Amino acid sequence: MAAFGSFALLIALALAAYNLLAGALALRLIATGQPASISPERLADTARRAGIASFAVVTAAAFALIWSVFTNDFSITYILEHSNRALPAAYKFSALWSGQEGSLLLWAWLLAAYGFVLRLTHKTDVRLYAYAGTILAGIQVFFLLVLCFAAPPFALFQGAVPDDGNGLNPLLQYPEMVIHPPMLYLGYVGFSVPFAFALGALMMRYPGEKWIKVTRGWTMVTWLFLTAGIFLGMHWAYAVLGWGGYWGWDPVENASFMPWLTGTAFLHSVMMQEKKGMMKSWNVWLIFSTFLLTLLGTLLTRAGLVSSVHAFAQSPIGTWFVTFMLIVLAVCIFTYILQRRHLKSEHHLESLVSRESSFLFNNLVLLTACFVILWGTLFPILSEYVVGNKVTVGAPFYNRVAVPIGLFLLFLTGVGPLLPWRATSFRSIRRNFVLPAIALWVTVIVCLAVGAKPWKDGAFDTGNFYALVAFALAAGVLTAILSEFLRGAGVISRQTGRNLIASTWLLTRRNTRRYGGYIIHIGVVIIVVGLAGSAFNRNEERELGLHDKLPIGPYTLECVGFTQDSNANYNSEYALLDVYKGGKKLFQMTPEKRVYLASEQPQTMVAIHSVPSWDLYVVYEGTNPDSGQPIIKAFLNPLVGWIWAGLVVLVFGTLVALVPSLSPATAALRVPARTAPTEPALKGGSL
Amino acid sequence: MRSASERFTFWIKTVQACALAVTVCFSMGATDASSRFNDLGHRLMCTCGCAQLLGECNHVGCPESGRERNELSAAIAAGKSDREILDWFAAKYGATMLAAPTTEGFNLVAWIAPFAVFGAALLGVVLLVRRWSVGKSQAAVALDTANEDPADRARREKIRRETDTGIDGGF
Repeated sequence: MAAFGSFALLIALALAAYNLLAGALALRLIATGQPASISPERLADTARRAGIASFAVVTAAAFALIWSVFTNDFSITYILEHSNRALPAAYKFSALWSGQEGSLLLWAWLLAAYGFVLRLTHKTDVRLYAYAGTILAGIQVFFLLVLCFAAPPFALFQGAVPDDGNGLNPLLQYPEMVIHPPMLYLGYVGFSVPFAFALGALMMRYPGEKWIKVTRGWTMVTWLFLTAGIFLGMHWAYAVLGWGGYWGWDPVENASFMPWLTGTAFLHSVMMQEKKGMMKSWNVWLIFSTFLLTLLGTLLTRAGLVSSVHAFAQSPIGTWFVTFMLIVLAVCIFTYILQRRHLKSEHHLESLVSRESSFLFNNLVLLTACFVILWGTLFPILSEYVVGNKVTVGAPFYNRVAVPIGLFLLFLTGVGPLLPWRATSFRSIRRNFVLPAIALWVTVIVCLAVGAKPWKDGAFDTGNFYALVAFALAAGVLTAILSEFLRGAGVISRQTGRNLIASTWLLTRRNTRRYGGYIIHIGVVIIVVGLAGSAFNRNEERELGLHDKLPIGPYTLECVGFTQDSNANYNSEYALLDVYKGGKKLFQMTPEKRVYLASEQPQTMVAIHSVPSWDLYVVYEGTNPDSGQPIIKAFLNPLVGWIWAGLVVLVFGTLVALVPSLSPATAALRVPARTAPTEPALKGGSL
Repeated sequence: MRSASERFTFWIKTVQACALAVTVCFSMGATDASSRFNDLGHRLMCTCGCAQLLGECNHVGCPESGRERNELSAAIAAGKSDREILDWFAAKYGATMLAAPTTEGFNLVAWIAPFAVFGAALLGVVLLVRRWSVGKSQAAVALDTANEDPADRARREKIRRETDTGIDGGF
């Protein structure tokens, strides 16, 4: 199977290289109109078919690796190092991306799959798709070169083949790890597609903004995958690492967040181009940057450029990635300089207080946040290079610098949608902002009244202060969005006689982009509320003998037993804790600590009881070697469940935004030419 | 009916009153004893290689965090200032023990750069908005007077028409 997989990769490389070279030649011939012995259109079609075939061959290679994992073929070094016989079947799948070579193969396979779909749908716009397909083939050639020559997944083990493998990293033996990396990679790899379209459209001087419409679906789906991937990673960190948090500003976490920020900026600013023909160069560079940041993320994860708890697989492939990034950057700069006249835009702004300006500020904040994170991630390297001292840039830095930026972004989330295009009036501002402002100040007062104060233990606390600001802004933004829904739904309700819920549904269906976007913003607000709750986390740690108690918040944990267990994969110790509230037993929790046999590494299995107001999060930290009694650490983490609930809302909003809108109601309305309807709901909510 | 300036003054005063009320609330109770151990524990890293803050390191049998927490408690009990304690830890364990760069020497750049970039970008956006606002009147004149290629104008108008429907708001 190793030989089959290796040959599959070589054939895939040959097919991708043909796709790149033949595609580029065909497009050159078409662009210049030079006579050739073969029809350029036919040549381009053979290139497209080679790209389709490469998907089948890369799939065969991925299958070969999976097959080798399931058949315990430890003659392959990768399988030996990342699997063992006792590994459960679901985790054998995750062995595919648990190491350097496997995850690169996953990248190549996903890229081939995206390319496959793109090439099958080429009739949407044959020439633009030919450009995009050829650029994707160029990216594919790079990954296949790395797989064939720098990080071969089918490399054979030298010497006597051991009877069993080293096993999968215990940190990865968790259900989310089966879906988190593929989601994240679907996001990373997916940004190759809008990048290819953007670069292709620029190369061919594609007229108009249609390429943006073509790529919108791709970009949103990709953004959705990346978002889901990031949040699944957060949940994994929360449930597995056992420190009570979900985001540690680790370089690899940052690496996934940066393209998300630029991708989000692109999704917003692209509306300026669609609506006003503005910011063409900016949008092109946003998508270029997003793609380059996905490569940087992979470089950080895989090349060990910065130290990270996530660096599960490191090897010296950094040079390959740096070289490729430089080539991509050079191609982007060269193409932009050559074609920049094509991107000339008419920039008209009528007022600083307008939707257009809010998009500019939105982009400013998102890009600044991206810079802050990039800066913080790379500063240790810079410091070591400049002054010879490596420093740590951890949570305190980001909390002080990035959190205020995030709060400003939340503010814009509420303000932006309330501003009309072109310009606004004082009356309009008052009408739109009074309710949100009232909600904001009421929330501040309520928070202070119930004890969510900006000080802790008598001293001013930055975390508590930010939390208070976040709660207040969240209330204001939520009120702003809901009032937008109600305003539009009210108009439809009056016109059609439907109830408010049916009217809201119809309103959303008439302009899915706008109201799907609002739902996404609601999801963001819910997530921010959940994040802000972390300022009020509490924890208690205690060694618990039989029937000893550990009070935390309204709960009391009583140890009713501690025992051991074992199976073919791991040995475990766990405690049985009865949880009481108000003297009444509610449920039992069993925090656990495992030691995996193959790798001899320990792993925490946290017990979590989640309710909307907080999570009771209990960690079995081990046993006291002197007394033999378990040491239990319990956390009471307010509002964590809101983060995951917010993600669900966000995903739902994105799906709504992807659905085409119903035909505008204005098509059926008969109105005098000079008295065009001004209410947003009449034309599907457009202002 | 109140004039626009009166209404504006009313809103300004309302905002000021709210801000004052919140400031008063903030200042209440803010003079109690501080939790320096917790604060400093979150400004230092555990040196065991777990990449966690000292105040959050949760490894049973961690060879470093227990001792370092004791050192932190002792330093606080000895009446040292925050600065002295952080300097002492940095001198003993190296600069990587500090969870964030200091505000001295080259490390100051780490703190300044984000705000400098944000300031520069903000200035850039404001200048851009001003330029584009000016560009509007100039462009209007230009459209009236210049001999623009009719095909270019038609194409631009077509794009505008295409993108002007159903694209308001949202994503």
